[in-house]
Amino acid sequence: MSPGFTQTDFLSIMPEMLIFGMGLVVLLFDLFGQGRSTRNLAYLTLLTLGAAGYLDVMLLGQFLPGFGGSVIADDFSIAFELVFLVVCALTVLISIRYLEDRGLNHGEYYALLLFATGGMMVMASGRDLLMIFIGLEILSISSYILCGFLQQDRRSNESALKYFLLGAFATGFLLYGIMLIYGATGSIALQDIRAALADPATFQNPYIWMGLGMLLVGWSFKIALVPFHMWTPDVYEGAPTAVTAFLSTGPKAACFAALVRILFEALAATRAEWQQVFWVLAALTMTVGNVLALHQDNIKRMLAYSSISHAGYILVALVAGGEEALAGVIFYALAYTLMNTGAFAVLILSSAGDRERVNFSDYAGFGYLEPALGAAMFVFMLSLAGIPLTAGFAGKFQIFKAVVGQGYIWLAVIGVLNSVVSIYYYLRISVVMYMQPATGDSISTRPPGSVPLYVAIVGSLAGVLYLGIFPGGWLEMSLHSVSRIITGG
Amino acid sequence: MIPVSHVLTLSAILFGIGVAGVILRRNAIVVFMCIELMLNAVNLGFVAFASGMQSMVGVMFVFFVLIVAAAEAVVGLSIILAIFRNSGTLNIEEFNLLRW
Amino acid sequence: MNEYLWLIPALPLLGFVLNGLVAPRFGKGFVKVVGPGVVGLSFALSIAAFCEMLQAPGQSITQHAFTWLESGGLYVPIAFVVDRLSGLYILIVTGVGFLIHIYSVGYMGDDDEYAFWRFFAYLNLFLFFMLLLVLGSSFLLLFVGWEGVGLCSYLLIGYYFDKDSAATAAKKAFVVNRIGDFGFIVATLLIFMNFGTLEFAEVNARAPGVLAAGGGLVTAITLLLFLGATGKSAQIPLYVWLPDAMEGPTPVSALIHAATMVTAGLYLVARMSGLFVLAPTTMAVVAIIGAATAFFAATIGMAQYDIKRVLAYSTVSQLGYMFMAMGVGAFMAGIFHVMTHAFFKALLFLGSGSVIHAMHHEQDMRRMGGLLKHMPITGYTYIIGALAIGGVPLFTAGFFSKDEILWQSFASPAGHPLLWAVGAVTALMTAFYMFRTVALTFFGESRVDKHTAEHLHESPWTMTLPLSVLAVLSIVGGWIGIPHVLGHGVGIGNALEHYFEGFFAKVPAEVAHHEASTELLLMGLTSVLALGCMYGAYVLFSRNLARAEALKKALSPLQKLLEKKYFIDELYEWVVIKPVYYTSKLLLWRLVDVRIIDGMVNGVGNGVRHVGGALRIIHNGVIENYAVGIAVGAALIFYFLVY
Repeated sequence: MSPGFTQTDFLSIMPEMLIFGMGLVVLLFDLFGQGRSTRNLAYLTLLTLGAAGYLDVMLLGQFLPGFGGSVIADDFSIAFELVFLVVCALTVLISIRYLEDRGLNHGEYYALLLFATGGMMVMASGRDLLMIFIGLEILSISSYILCGFLQQDRRSNESALKYFLLGAFATGFLLYGIMLIYGATGSIALQDIRAALADPATFQNPYIWMGLGMLLVGWSFKIALVPFHMWTPDVYEGAPTAVTAFLSTGPKAACFAALVRILFEALAATRAEWQQVFWVLAALTMTVGNVLALHQDNIKRMLAYSSISHAGYILVALVAGGEEALAGVIFYALAYTLMNTGAFAVLILSSAGDRERVNFSDYAGFGYLEPALGAAMFVFMLSLAGIPLTAGFAGKFQIFKAVVGQGYIWLAVIGVLNSVVSIYYYLRISVVMYMQPATGDSISTRPPGSVPLYVAIVGSLAGVLYLGIFPGGWLEMSLHSVSRIITGG
Repeated sequence: MIPVSHVLTLSAILFGIGVAGVILRRNAIVVFMCIELMLNAVNLGFVAFASGMQSMVGVMFVFFVLIVAAAEAVVGLSIILAIFRNSGTLNIEEFNLLRW
Repeated sequence: MNEYLWLIPALPLLGFVLNGLVAPRFGKGFVKVVGPGVVGLSFALSIAAFCEMLQAPGQSITQHAFTWLESGGLYVPIAFVVDRLSGLYILIVTGVGFLIHIYSVGYMGDDDEYAFWRFFAYLNLFLFFMLLLVLGSSFLLLFVGWEGVGLCSYLLIGYYFDKDSAATAAKKAFVVNRIGDFGFIVATLLIFMNFGTLEFAEVNARAPGVLAAGGGLVTAITLLLFLGATGKSAQIPLYVWLPDAMEGPTPVSALIHAATMVTAGLYLVARMSGLFVLAPTTMAVVAIIGAATAFFAATIGMAQYDIKRVLAYSTVSQLGYMFMAMGVGAFMAGIFHVMTHAFFKALLFLGSGSVIHAMHHEQDMRRMGGLLKHMPITGYTYIIGALAIGGVPLFTAGFFSKDEILWQSFASPAGHPLLWAVGAVTALMTAFYMFRTVALTFFGESRVDKHTAEHLHESPWTMTLPLSVLAVLSIVGGWIGIPHVLGHGVGIGNALEHYFEGFFAKVPAEVAHHEASTELLLMGLTSVLALGCMYGAYVLFSRNLARAEALKKALSPLQKLLEKKYFIDELYEWVVIKPVYYTSKLLLWRLVDVRIIDGMVNGVGNGVRHVGGALRIIHNGVIENYAVGIAVGAALIFYFLVY
């Protein structure tokens, strides 16, 4: 390797650099623009995301390893980066009113969102364990702060503390795993680890197994698999609703991106082992997530448990492996982002003022107060439940199809059973909206409108329906982008 | 000369103590210190492996872990500070507004 | 030219959007035009498509709308097919649907504006999904429709949501249908796994090559499909939701819970006839379940007092009939009965609705009587419907289709005299209880209370017109399927048989030869007895109510058993619902208990705290417990890695 950096090095991390740089710019603007509305910062953030998206699209079809192979811009990372940008853009859109309602005139919120997004992008494009770890930590630390953003609210404090302590705890496991893998293979680069594992002596080194186990523990926590999930509902419930929308979509997708890279690029040789673990965890996660979601009266909490079960569905794809299934991961990441954020957007729009409207009973008769919003929520719920012609169905179809194709029929049956059960609690909100008379406790006045929120809702709705009716394009791209991961090239 | 495996054993013990501490202790700051202990156990392991293999990668990793730990400490302690201001306690068992 | 097929379902969808979103601005008049209007247009297009299909080569026309998915050797197009089966279905769905929409304009006229547009929005949406269901060329679209009609049914059952019973009924329908759906989805997965496609045509064509006839796999697939069908078409053991579904408005009962949606299960079986004939075991199960349901529901129908409930059990019973036909391989006979049943059962429901409308929502027949002179059109059309379902020979539609089923259950290679006997007895009971409703409602002394009696009136033309049309159809509708033994002599062929020639797969067996005289004999026997039952019921319940009461007393235990519907709901309550409920309650209780233990233990000290072990891993908000969860998970992972 020649000393010094080349153009390619920087080209490969252009979008990330833009995001981090603009994060700093937003921070600076906030510093000098004290007291003024932060709306402009939000728009600046959106602009940045758009520009980063443009760069990403420009990089499509490339294969650019940078900085000695520690990062890479390939279709896999770009597909995920586009998902993260969508996540972040939607979060910004739904945050504007949320923050204004609470008088939170802090521009660093947007900077933190940008940093978190940059972290996720680094996770998806990192090609050695150090990069992935750093990306994860940038993401996590920003998220801890975002969770506790409502400084005066004890619930928000508590959410941040729980996320922080448990997240750091899990990071310990993850690092320990990385350390052991490093010890066994002598490298932290994914390709080198793969090469080292080809040697039977290395392969049988017990450090590998212990390291693999520790890694799985760490990632299972981050993705909130049962039984590592218990922090999720608490953290999601306490965090500001906009942040909850962000947390339940972006970071999970990022962790899946990193996990796919690590497991398929570096640890492909140990597939039989982690496959077995994930089989059990996937079955547990889908089932427990769904069963617990059935019992919730708080919609935010219900969506938290639902996000657990959706992580289970995605995990099923990892068990199956193969191009079709991994494409399903990318597809599902976007589909889930759209439908979940859309649902949160409706919740935020309905919670006018600083009173959160997150209980089922708040929405009695809401469908008549706001027919359009009610209908939008209905579509999001149908999609989450996996009813055909929505994005959620197309995603589940892709994953279960691949799983069945690989012969894991029982896992597919468990998945189907779960999604049949899940219809019950997803539709519950629509039932409340349309089939229960309004009570004194429920929302009684039409919430004031907000353009950014409308944009978010309409955008998610269009996306959900588009992906549901014409899944071809995004699926094609997903399929294309995972091919190299499988072959390990 | 002390063999690498001894250092690794120490690292494992430290890690175990850290985990046990997180599970057993209930002062938020002490819990956080236990997590730091886990991270330092990792650092120790990295250094041991690095010296065993004569590879600089492990040493480099330690720096990054230290930096991340410092950043986590900053954020973590401010979170703990904020919650202490609002609730007047550091006992994590009393932070259970959020529960099923 | 078949690019217009997509319009057939799209028009009702447009109606849904207009009624749901725009209508609140324009008021009732707008809904009155748009609601039935879109369905009428859709009906016209259906006729066009049907005629085109009749002449098309290959007896089917297809519109390929777009490609939903194309990946890795999998090609899933979204296409609409009108063939012999779906052609007939869309005519029934849009035709009967159109009449019921018109009827609803009158029936729902008194509801407030909010409820009015909601009702028509749902009804249009239902038709959209139902048409998708029957027009779709693959399991994918069928599934869209399948879930969609379930959803609409659920919404419409719970339409009067301020009534507790309606909400409960909706919930029941929802839960029961989920069980059926599960079977359906798993069957689809299995089919996809083995065929690599979800297209009906391909699956049917390749079935004999891919699946071993009579093998375990094809039996499993068909049984799972049938489980789906029992949910949607209300067969044993999943029939319990349909009688409760009568909580919905009467037009809904007529359209969804009698004429169309509940026949979706039959459509599925008929559509997959290529698979079903490969699984003799499943066929036997279908026939037996069908016969049992038909008999069982008919007995319950004899002892109900709520007019809509009688009709509901009668629907369950008639659906059982159709399944029995399919089970013996007589798919054509089953579909024939689907059609005639759609006519006369819709007629009966709408007639009962007209009565209920006039009686200010009184449904108990003990408080009716002598209504014929107050509402003659409703009365006579209802009687025609009852004659048709009772199977008055030679001129009603019900006679031809029912007789075809009975004959097939006797004569088909997969049939059995016992099936015929059950069917015949059921037919007699049907004749009996239908004329019981006629007599109790329209004849005899008036038992109407004074206040209501003053306001008795014939319904508006929007309601009587559909009744009249359906009454005509209930008579002439059967003439397309006149059996050979009757038609041959006078030179009338069996048009339906010609129509379905070679469409359905056949049960592979030698066709036993039966004398025409046997057929005539059986036909005559059941007809005469049915006529006798009708007359008996009429006499007993119109003029001799006192004697009927005495009879009821004499049969008291049986009567009680029937009136309470064999206590099946109670049985389910005790065997399924209560246990589930108590288990979860117990779990909750344990949670609470654990919390209490937690509380005490927190005071006592550290040492004891972790004795709780696994039980402590619960969401009680304490960070340490979550950390314990992570540690346990770690142990689990390592266990699996080592193991």
